[in-house]
Amino acid sequence: MTTIEQPAAAPGTTTGAGTTTTAASPPATVVPRRPTAPAGQQRRRIGGMRRTDVLAVLGALAAGAATTGVLWTQLGPFTGILGYVVVTWLVTVAWFALLVSFDENRPVVKDRIAAFVVHSLGIVLFGALVFVIIYTFKRGGPALPHLNFYTQDLRSTGPQDALTKGGVLHAIAGTLIELGIALGIAVPLGLLAAVYLHEVPGRFSRFVRTVVEAMTALPDIIAGLFIYATLIIIFHLGPSGLAAGAALGLTILPIIIRAADVVLRLMPGSLKEASYALGSGQWRTTWHVLLPTARSGLATAVILGAARAIGETSPVLLTASATGYINLDPLHGPMMSLPLLAYTLVASPEPNEITRGFGAAAVLLILVLVLFIVARTIGGRAPGDLSGRQIRRRELSSLRTARRFTHHEEHLSTELLSTEEWKEEPR
Amino acid sequence: MSSDLLDRAPRGGEPPVAAAQPRRRLAVNAGAADRLFRGTARGGGILVLLLMALVGGFLTYRAWLALRTAGFSFITTQEWSPGGGSFGIAAIMVGTILIAIVAIATAVPMALGTALYISEYAPRWLRRTLIAMVDLMAAVPSVVYGLWGFFLLQWRVVGLSRWISDWFGWIPIFKVDGVARHDPLATATAYTSSTFAAGLVVSLMVAPIACSVMREAFGQAPAGEREGAYALGATRWGMIRSVVLPFGRGAVIGGTMLGLGRALGETIAVVMIISPRFVIQPHILQNGTSSVSSLIALRYGESSPFSISALMAAGVSLFVLTLAVNFIAAQVVARSRSGAVSEA
Repeated sequence: MTTIEQPAAAPGTTTGAGTTTTAASPPATVVPRRPTAPAGQQRRRIGGMRRTDVLAVLGALAAGAATTGVLWTQLGPFTGILGYVVVTWLVTVAWFALLVSFDENRPVVKDRIAAFVVHSLGIVLFGALVFVIIYTFKRGGPALPHLNFYTQDLRSTGPQDALTKGGVLHAIAGTLIELGIALGIAVPLGLLAAVYLHEVPGRFSRFVRTVVEAMTALPDIIAGLFIYATLIIIFHLGPSGLAAGAALGLTILPIIIRAADVVLRLMPGSLKEASYALGSGQWRTTWHVLLPTARSGLATAVILGAARAIGETSPVLLTASATGYINLDPLHGPMMSLPLLAYTLVASPEPNEITRGFGAAAVLLILVLVLFIVARTIGGRAPGDLSGRQIRRRELSSLRTARRFTHHEEHLSTELLSTEEWKEEPR
Repeated sequence: MSSDLLDRAPRGGEPPVAAAQPRRRLAVNAGAADRLFRGTARGGGILVLLLMALVGGFLTYRAWLALRTAGFSFITTQEWSPGGGSFGIAAIMVGTILIAIVAIATAVPMALGTALYISEYAPRWLRRTLIAMVDLMAAVPSVVYGLWGFFLLQWRVVGLSRWISDWFGWIPIFKVDGVARHDPLATATAYTSSTFAAGLVVSLMVAPIACSVMREAFGQAPAGEREGAYALGATRWGMIRSVVLPFGRGAVIGGTMLGLGRALGETIAVVMIISPRFVIQPHILQNGTSSVSSLIALRYGESSPFSISALMAAGVSLFVLTLAVNFIAAQVVARSRSGAVSEA
């Protein structure tokens, strides 16, 4: 909190000054009276919460809930929990402003209201995320503990069969195959293009960057439609894993390029300049300095692209038809994937099918979470900022190099000079 | 640039004499490996550009068949029956834009609040976790949001919709036809599958994208100016209003536009919630609307080549719209002060 709490008027100040004057006899010269350092003065608190802040929030919440409760039950024909929460929030803000205005001035009241609004907006967004995830797991929960859910496909499972029969293995396999194809297309091309944008500056590469940035929000369904119109209608490939992978790759290509470009741009220029100063060319600098230094950031870019690709439904919907059979051949036949399975299953009126659909969504969510955690663990560090393990690995490798050099020179020295001093010299 | 200047200009010669020294050539004399590398990189860039151009060009080419037949009526017709010869994007485009507007109107306050919370209010130890959570939220599959919206939100939102339409029904967009005001027996299905419900679900997908753009800019607001504001006696909110928000204004607009681009193209969650209806539906609380991407997802299986190319025409019009929105977003972010700092 920025508002500075007034300290209680320190009692030490007055008493301290009083004792010095009475003790002195009439002096010849007037010594300027110095106020002694007040003994009992407390350090000012310039941050933290006061009890009144907490009480004001709690009081406003209680008053808001109560006022809205009266409105809802007694006065108006209001219904619905969501409406209750929204109105409670609005009323609470008003009560809070009133409460704070009792003992603060206008700028402080504004500050408090802004803090209240900002906090509650943040809570709403994070709360929604947690709620969405918990809801998915709760609805899909009954399907998840059965082992057959992960080891069988749906080829012989009817809509009314119990959850102990049938599973999502075919969708997991299809998702992984399609993801592999998408990454196989998007990662090499995307990284090459990002290196191009970074290493070969000029008008043309600026143009490419603008186009790529604009394509980042290429609607995924249009990527699907493009692949549908080319591979499936013109080249008669048929709905297949390859087509789905290509559509996903096209969707995430601009995303990977953009993220990788940002990572490369954040690289400290001094590293590159040092490499040039040591006489290496552009290719060696890129391969031995730029890419290894940016590796964790680039890996994060790729994994976030993968997380996006794994969850896209609409390109897959157009390019790989739904099936209940497991299909490991990306060239022929329809291939199921998790988002498509969830989308297909919940359209059924049977409760077991809906539970299976939520179960598929939960498995998908777990895959995304795993990818995300991997991305956070290996990435998220600035270039050159190494983890403990990386530092140890570098130390080991430099120790090995040093040993090799010593060995080499020992060899040379015994061969050419054959003196004993070289062996003693620590290298 | 730096590579050009730092190239090995004096290759193996004697140290130059000071008086008769000729001007050094500072241009690159790149080796074969460097030339090959640059050629490959340029090839990659050109390939990406070609791919993007191919997507646009091919869709436009295929859409041309339908556009030529429909002519100007493509923009004004509401219904969608390419088999019967009359189809147009009037209804679906209005639906798409309305859903995107509802999504943005809900998402931007949430994104702005969360971005400010993370960059200004949250304790330092919590910040990294919160940033990771926002990124995670952007990575949650749209089908998961769709499930949530379809099974839970659209039923919970009925009460709120009814309340808004009862009290604010005199504003045209909040009107719901066929339901009397304060009618306790009114069926709930008049309010489900609406633009409002779809927009709310899309807003949850859009908010994290806008939020991370805004947060990055807010975090870069110069510390000197923040401290200056505090030194002049500003409260925290005063500091935010006079330093952080003006500094991040470009990012706020740019993040909003990026979110808008995503909201316009969102498919699966919208398909799951709305019930398709091909008339202009200006009442956002009422059941039944349509959007370009959901139209494509529902009708792509149609067998006749002509209806496919009609769908492509719709796709191209959506593509043009999102492209324009994204270009504007990129321009705004690049020109703002916050964008200039992050370029460095």
